[in-house]
Formats: sequence, C-alpha cells, structure tokens
Amino acid sequence: MSEPVSASGTVIRRQIKLPFTKAVEISLKSIRIRFWRSMITAAGILLGIAFFASVRMSAVFSHAQQTRVEEKRATLARGGKLSAEDVILINSASANAKEEAAAGTRLQWLSIMALLVCTVGITNSMLMSVTERFKEIGTMKCLGALDGFIVKLFFIESCFLGFIASVLGFVVGWLVISLIRLAMDGIEVFGPYFWAQSLRLCGQSAAIGTVLTFLATIFPAYRAAKMPPVAALRAEV
Amino acid sequence: MANEYVVRTKDLVKEYTMGDQTLKALNGVSLDIYRGEYISIMGPSGSGKSTLFNAVGGLDKPSSGSVFINDVDMAQLDAQELAYLRCHTIGYIFQTFNLIPVMTALENVTLPTVFAGMSTDEGVERGIELLELVGLGGRLHHKPSELSGGQQQRVAIARSLANNPSIILADEPTGNLDLNTGKEIIDLLKSLNKDQGVTIISATHDLKMLDVSDRIVWIRDGQIAKVEERKDLDIRIGEMEGQEALH
Repeated sequence: MSEPVSASGTVIRRQIKLPFTKAVEISLKSIRIRFWRSMITAAGILLGIAFFASVRMSAVFSHAQQTRVEEKRATLARGGKLSAEDVILINSASANAKEEAAAGTRLQWLSIMALLVCTVGITNSMLMSVTERFKEIGTMKCLGALDGFIVKLFFIESCFLGFIASVLGFVVGWLVISLIRLAMDGIEVFGPYFWAQSLRLCGQSAAIGTVLTFLATIFPAYRAAKMPPVAALRAEV
Repeated sequence: MANEYVVRTKDLVKEYTMGDQTLKALNGVSLDIYRGEYISIMGPSGSGKSTLFNAVGGLDKPSSGSVFINDVDMAQLDAQELAYLRCHTIGYIFQTFNLIPVMTALENVTLPTVFAGMSTDEGVERGIELLELVGLGGRLHHKPSELSGGQQQRVAIARSLANNPSIILADEPTGNLDLNTGKEIIDLLKSLNKDQGVTIISATHDLKMLDVSDRIVWIRDGQIAKVEERKDLDIRIGEMEGQEALH
C-alpha cells in the first residue's frame, strides 16, 4: 500500500486501532465518575428484568406446585393415604389451575412490555449522555480518536451496565417471589427443579438485559461517532 | 526548500447554503504559513476567521480550494488518515479548554499518546515531562474541576504537545481567561514556539496576541484584508501598552 509522503518527508499513515482494554478502561472510568447517572440508567433495566424474572419465577413455582398436586393425586389413585393438608392442596389447585394459567399469560405479556419500555428508556438516557458529552467526543476526535473507538466506548459502557443491572434485577425478582412462595407453600417447592430453573432463568435474564441494552445503544453510539470534531469548538451546547 | 511552509491554503472557498441564499464564509483565501512561525488570525465575528481555522485544522471540509499540511493535500486523506494527522501533526487548544472532565491532568495529557499507540509507561513519562514544562508538575493528579482556568489551559497546552506536533492550532486560547492569566498563556505559547520550534496558529480577538505574533492575518468578509509583519506593528503596540497602563 502506498502512503502519501510529502516532499518534506512527512508520512501520513492510517490511524491505529486502539486495543480493546483501553476502551474498557476509559468506559469504566466514565461510569465511575458519573456514578449516580449511570445508576439511574441501570435502575431502568434492573426494574424491567426484576419484573420479568418475578413473572417467570411465578410460572416455575406454579409448575412445581402442579407437579406436586399431580403426585398426590397419583398417590390417591393408587389408594394411598393423604393427610388433611394434602386434600386442601388438591382442592385449591383444581379450582385455581385455569385461572392461574390465564393470569400467567397476561403477566408474560406485561413483562415483555416492561422490557420494551425499559429499552426505550435506555436509548433515551444514552442519547442524553451523548448530548452531554458532545464536546468531550469532539475533543477526543481532535486528539485522534477514530469513529470505531467512540462507538466502542458507548457500547462497553452500556453493555457493562446492562449486564450488571440484569443480574441484580434477576436477584431482586427471584428473591421477592421465592420469599412469597416460601411463606405460602412452604419449603417443599424448592426442589431440584426449582434450582435448575432458577439457574437457567438467571442466564436468560442476563442475556436478555445485555442484548436489549446493546440494541438500545446502537442509535446513540452511531450519533456520537458521526459527530464532527468541529463540535469540540462550539462554546456551549 | 521544500519544507519552508508548514501550511498552505490555495483559493479556499467555503459556502453555506441557507434557504435559497448562498453565503460565502471564505472567498478565495490563499495563505502560506512558514515553519516555526507564530501567526495570529484576526477578524471580527462572522468574518470567516473560524471557518479558515477549521479548514486548516482539518475539522471542516472546504467547498473548493485545497489545504496542504506539510505538503500533503488534506482533501486526499480518508477518515483514518485524517485522524492520524489530527493525532500526530496538529495539536489543538480550545477557548473552553476542553479537558475531559472525568480524567486527571496527567490522564488528559496522556490521552493523545494513547491514541498514538504509545505504551502506558512511555505516555505517563511524556505526560509528566510536559506538565512540568508548563509549570504544573505539582498537579498531575488534579481533576480539571480542581484547577483554575489558567491551569486548565496549561494542561490543554501540554496535551496539544503530547505527540510532538508540527502545528498548534489555538482557537481563542485566552478568550475565557482574565488579563494576566491570558498574558501568561500567551507567554507560554511564545516560549514553546521559540524553544520547540512548533508553528503556532491562533484565531483570536485578543490584542495582547499581536505583541508576540510574527505575522498577523486580518480576515474580513471571507477574504484576507491584509497580512502584517510584526515589525510594522511596533507603533501600535506602543499605544496598546499605554492604554493598559491607564487601568
């Protein structure tokens, strides 16, 4: 590849790409400094995921409960004896099963809506954060930052927040529902099925939260990267 | 000598379209700037001063005409080469300092070396050296918010020097500073110009700048009204200092 070389021997090369770790370092610093602002962004996704997790956990518990009821019925069919508590359990379950299923579906829809709303919220707050940093981004470009680097900064920042907030959101939703169910149904529903589903749901929440924040950041990051360096010279935005 | 000029502009025209009207912010500006020169671009607001400044700094593309930096035609460069040029060949100083608020003085000065691919140790060493040069050796780890205006501008000057640029572009470097601090900054720029041989191009309203400039380019209505050598200005500078003494 030929490089434009001037008569005075100046060589203009292509600007190098920065190592990923540098971008991580700068984004994390940026989160730490704007801690409370970042926390508000994170709170949006945290609450959304907490709601999502609580809905899914309720479904897990219902399923566990139903399995239990079916086991008791099977015992009954075999001519086994049931305690008074078990009879109550079976009766209430048969009365509630249909209703519970319908409510569950409604809640699923609600949780999807909640996630969409919090995605829009993140886009909004990332756009604000881009506007707030117009001058900073322009300055970085004047100092030789490439568009890709600016994009990376914003993606790392939001995805990091998104991941942490999703995991925390899952813990919140999981804890609340688990405690309620513990009070209602007792320790018996916390079988291996429950733990396996919890683990699966944790991974699912983290993935959904991170992907949603990633999607929400595409537009703001693009806007930041396309900003002309001349913006650095504007007195105040 | 081929490298006599560090910046050359040829018939620069910049047009802005507003509705059905076309406004010529620059109308055929040809300017040659010598290596190692201290040059001030003066002119009233709206004269095209900033537009010329942005074109020279590669921050804005002219409508026609060309800008050569070290004999390289800027119009020929792609985005990555422009970024390289901004990183290595040009240092920018702004009216509003434009330090990154979340970083310390040292980190601000080190940032361009990061973009240039220098190792962290080298960058920090260079940063300390530069901050000592501008007289802030004792404030390496202060945030911009913990520094005065003059000190912030010193950090910005150190940052502009980080990758040994051949040109420093200063946009109203004293615009946000009081009289004495402004004077100090101008002196600092002048001494860098003398000692390091870096070409300084500044767009300014500040008449204190005239005193140290080798040449002054007056811009009016998008054209060069006149270019004055410093020696022709001596009488007027005398008047200026007389006026300052009255305060």
